[in-house]
Amino acid sequence: MTLDPNAKLPETEEGTVVYNTDPLIVRSHYEIDYIHSYAQDSEFFRALGRKKLMGSKCKKCGYVYATPRSHCMMCGAETEWYELPLKGRVHTFTTCYFSGEEFLNETPFNLVMVEFDGVNSLFMSRLIGAETKDIYIGMPVRAKFRRNLKMNVTDVYFVPDVER
Amino acid sequence: MKEKPRNVYMVAGGVTKFAKASPEMDFRLRVKKAFDYAMNDAGLTLADIDGSVASYFSDHFQRQLMSGIMVQDYLGLVPKPSKRIEGGGATGGLAFQAGYEEIASGRMDTVAVYGFETMSHVNTWKGNEFIALASDTNFDYPIGGFYTGYYAMMAVRHMYEFGTTVEQMAKVSVKNHGNALHNPYAQSPMKLTVEDVRNAPMVSYPLTRLDVCAMSDGAAVAILASEDKAFEITDHPVLIKGIGTGTDSMRLADRPFGEVPLLPNEKPSDYKGLKYPGVHSFRAGRMAAKEAYEMAGITDPINEIDLIELHDAYTSSEIQTYEDLGLCKYGEGGQFIDEGKPELHGKIPVNPSGGLLAAGHPVGATGIMQAVFMFWQLQHTVKKHFHDDYLQVPNAKRGLIHSHAGTGTYVTVTIMEAAK
Repeated sequence: MTLDPNAKLPETEEGTVVYNTDPLIVRSHYEIDYIHSYAQDSEFFRALGRKKLMGSKCKKCGYVYATPRSHCMMCGAETEWYELPLKGRVHTFTTCYFSGEEFLNETPFNLVMVEFDGVNSLFMSRLIGAETKDIYIGMPVRAKFRRNLKMNVTDVYFVPDVER
Repeated sequence: MKEKPRNVYMVAGGVTKFAKASPEMDFRLRVKKAFDYAMNDAGLTLADIDGSVASYFSDHFQRQLMSGIMVQDYLGLVPKPSKRIEGGGATGGLAFQAGYEEIASGRMDTVAVYGFETMSHVNTWKGNEFIALASDTNFDYPIGGFYTGYYAMMAVRHMYEFGTTVEQMAKVSVKNHGNALHNPYAQSPMKLTVEDVRNAPMVSYPLTRLDVCAMSDGAAVAILASEDKAFEITDHPVLIKGIGTGTDSMRLADRPFGEVPLLPNEKPSDYKGLKYPGVHSFRAGRMAAKEAYEMAGITDPINEIDLIELHDAYTSSEIQTYEDLGLCKYGEGGQFIDEGKPELHGKIPVNPSGGLLAAGHPVGATGIMQAVFMFWQLQHTVKKHFHDDYLQVPNAKRGLIHSHAGTGTYVTVTIMEAAK
């Protein structure tokens, strides 16, 4: 017989943060680690460690993507990897003074869409080394790469392409 | 439409007052309040409702999956058919059209479309992070995922292509916040000047705090019916005259540089040399308008539509949307507001309710809120529901509602028309 009418939950010291009592509002914590696969995009991220920017080119219609995709948006055919030039121009830009919580401590930061000669689509990245007032559409920029990789898209970033 | 559908009418609507945070009610009770308002207004009982569509965007905000069935259950609509629709910021517009389809197809005679979002369970910056997860998490999010940043880049390119100014954008904020002073459901009514908007803290250049909508808690309900049923329920139903939906690439970087899909009031020579949509315009908005206009038989939008409720999450996107909808040509959106055309007493009032900027943007409720405000306008019952007829557009006979998801990925346009 294992029935125990005196069974009792152990008491613990941990409590709950209460923000308000009417209505009752409490803190509810949640966090998670994902096992994120870059899957068919993996080569792009590996190539950043070799200081290469890999776009893709449609095998059938020849459309060239600055941000790679393994199938063509225009005709549906498979694409192949295509090495992008490391120099491009600002297609548009902004400076963010706020952001999502994860990036709040990095503000202000510049976002740019970069255009490349001979490439049909754009690439979104950070631009450092320039303030809002210095950035303009058409501004020459050049890609730089982190030495210690984070294995995400921030391993590449852009700087103004000017003589030092 | 490939085949002629059954006629579909809106017969009732309800909305809660949108607020930054209203923790005294959860999402189920909020929907119940809006639902009961609509049901009472039309004199309906639960037995009259054949099924429903649930409209909400993010599972992250509430950390509750299957919120749709919880509402269905709370409203007393189980075991009737229901489904959830989700499409980012356009969730409400897509759900409203899914409700339309339930009736048009002959599956149901009455449907309740209920939308809700409870964004106050997290702080604004966490909310921005959740929303940014609606951008490509491989290529876009890690750079500093922030939708205001993406829209700001589109605004900068629109300014470059067409000479649009920050003052023109600010005028949209002044108009919409001002209209909301007479909307008792609105979250952020404000009397503003262009200087106030420009002097507000910069969020993402060139957009300031007053160029950007806020997070909201809210719910909205629309009840749709077949023709026979609609005229049994009310003497003043509103016909859904046309629906259209467009899409575009998830990543802004992938948007092509092609040609403008023309509306009947445009010709190819209008856009010589313009590379479209690039990142300056919303092709999905144009495609949605084109489909809806074809179905409704509209060939001259500005003269055949009396008022508009459109998705102004950003002042810049309202200006871009004037152009997508063909109210003016691409490039003339800034001039359109300068000329006062979208003002309450202008040629074609746009966002008389205050829009997302001032009424609020509880994502899943927003597109349905637009339908409810448009329904009251077309019924000429604004005074009854707002206890103030300042915002009633006197000649309101045919209206357009427009719902839009992040950077223009999904956009819906629906044309509504007073039946008599």
